[in-house]
Amino acid sequence: MKLAIASGKGGTGKTTIATNLALTLDDKGMEVQLLDCDVEEPNCHIFLKPKIESTAPVTVLIPKVIEEKCTGCGVCAEVCEYSAIAVIKGKVLIFPELCHGCGACKLFCPENAFIEVPREVGIIEEGKASGISFTHGFLNIGELMSPAVIDEVKKAAGDKEIVILDSPPGTSCPVIAAVKDADFVLLVTEPTPFGLNDLELAVGMARELKLPFAVAINRSDVGNEDVKEYCRREKIEIVLEIPNDRRIAEAYSRGEMVIHALPEYQKTFETCWEKIIDLHQNMMQAEQQEKTATES
Amino acid sequence: MKIAITATGPSLDDQVEARFGRTPYYLFIDTETMEFEAIQNPNVAAGGGAGIQSAQLMADNDVKYVLTGNCGPNASRVFGSAGVKLIVGVTGIARQAVEKFKAGALVVSGQANVASHFGMGGGQGMGGGGGRGMGAGRNRRS
Repeated sequence: MKLAIASGKGGTGKTTIATNLALTLDDKGMEVQLLDCDVEEPNCHIFLKPKIESTAPVTVLIPKVIEEKCTGCGVCAEVCEYSAIAVIKGKVLIFPELCHGCGACKLFCPENAFIEVPREVGIIEEGKASGISFTHGFLNIGELMSPAVIDEVKKAAGDKEIVILDSPPGTSCPVIAAVKDADFVLLVTEPTPFGLNDLELAVGMARELKLPFAVAINRSDVGNEDVKEYCRREKIEIVLEIPNDRRIAEAYSRGEMVIHALPEYQKTFETCWEKIIDLHQNMMQAEQQEKTATES
Repeated sequence: MKIAITATGPSLDDQVEARFGRTPYYLFIDTETMEFEAIQNPNVAAGGGAGIQSAQLMADNDVKYVLTGNCGPNASRVFGSAGVKLIVGVTGIARQAVEKFKAGALVVSGQANVASHFGMGGGQGMGGGGGRGMGAGRNRRS
């Protein structure tokens, strides 16, 4: 089971849920792997305090022009979707930090004047946090290509029973990179107008990607009822509600796990997991039935 | 001599726009006659690389000097290759800025005066409350 924890809005509690859920399941003796895919601001390690065992660089391939072959025709600049190449007075200028490594310049160059060279954009680190296999990535400061680092973090996914991915916030490319092949997505939100607005965007994304999902509401006893009403209307299950408990904020601010500071919450995360497993199974069964129905 | 100035509107009586790559208009001006041509910036809503594209536009139009408020390192690199001279920190009414330029009161900077993505709306990651990513209405494809 590969579970992605995502949210449209930042600061809703993705990391709190990802880390506490991972540790709850680890405590129950399950095999758990946690992948922190928020490579622009990874923070699971602050709470889980893993012992890092290995570090590896992440590189992307960028074009390099062989000047003797280049005629300055400008095709490369025209085909570059990201303006990473300009051709000025017959000379190719490459802007590495804008390059997505798609290879179009090399493919379309009529003179075959490009080679590709690796460029480091970040690192990944792997280790252990109690029984949890832990991997996170850091995008180098000033870099834009977070999906490259996210993909590398995700390659660490082994054959563990449970893989939990902590996604970056939003609904843009880095988030898609993190959630796209998950079995299930948990969308974290808060009961505020901002929370609802960004939840609707995240739901749109999950539906577009055809990913099964459910909602978690953090600080569920503040704000208004609009998020719950929206979920009712859209037939979206709410599998977790965490109250606005000052003690959680205090534990968080000390870098402590909620389930360590407040063991009564262990049950909350256990129940959440059971609901997700049930929902996932039901959805799989429904899909299977649909398939058989259309086949016959 | 042909120069370009970034402007908030299509006339010499409009304000100088502070952002080079995402300015609404470029005014191409003949400094001898003060005849000018206003073109709408095609890169104003580009996903990324607006500065590079806009700088290429200046080079393609054979502009000798660019007058603007702020310019980043990518556009500046294109200017360097193209031999376009860059003047930053320009403010006020476009016509007056051009007069100042003609009087020799504006100094070529030769390099960027702001970091990459300086002119891109919201900016990056202020604290925990969402708003991450590169600002105003940008559908980021990275």
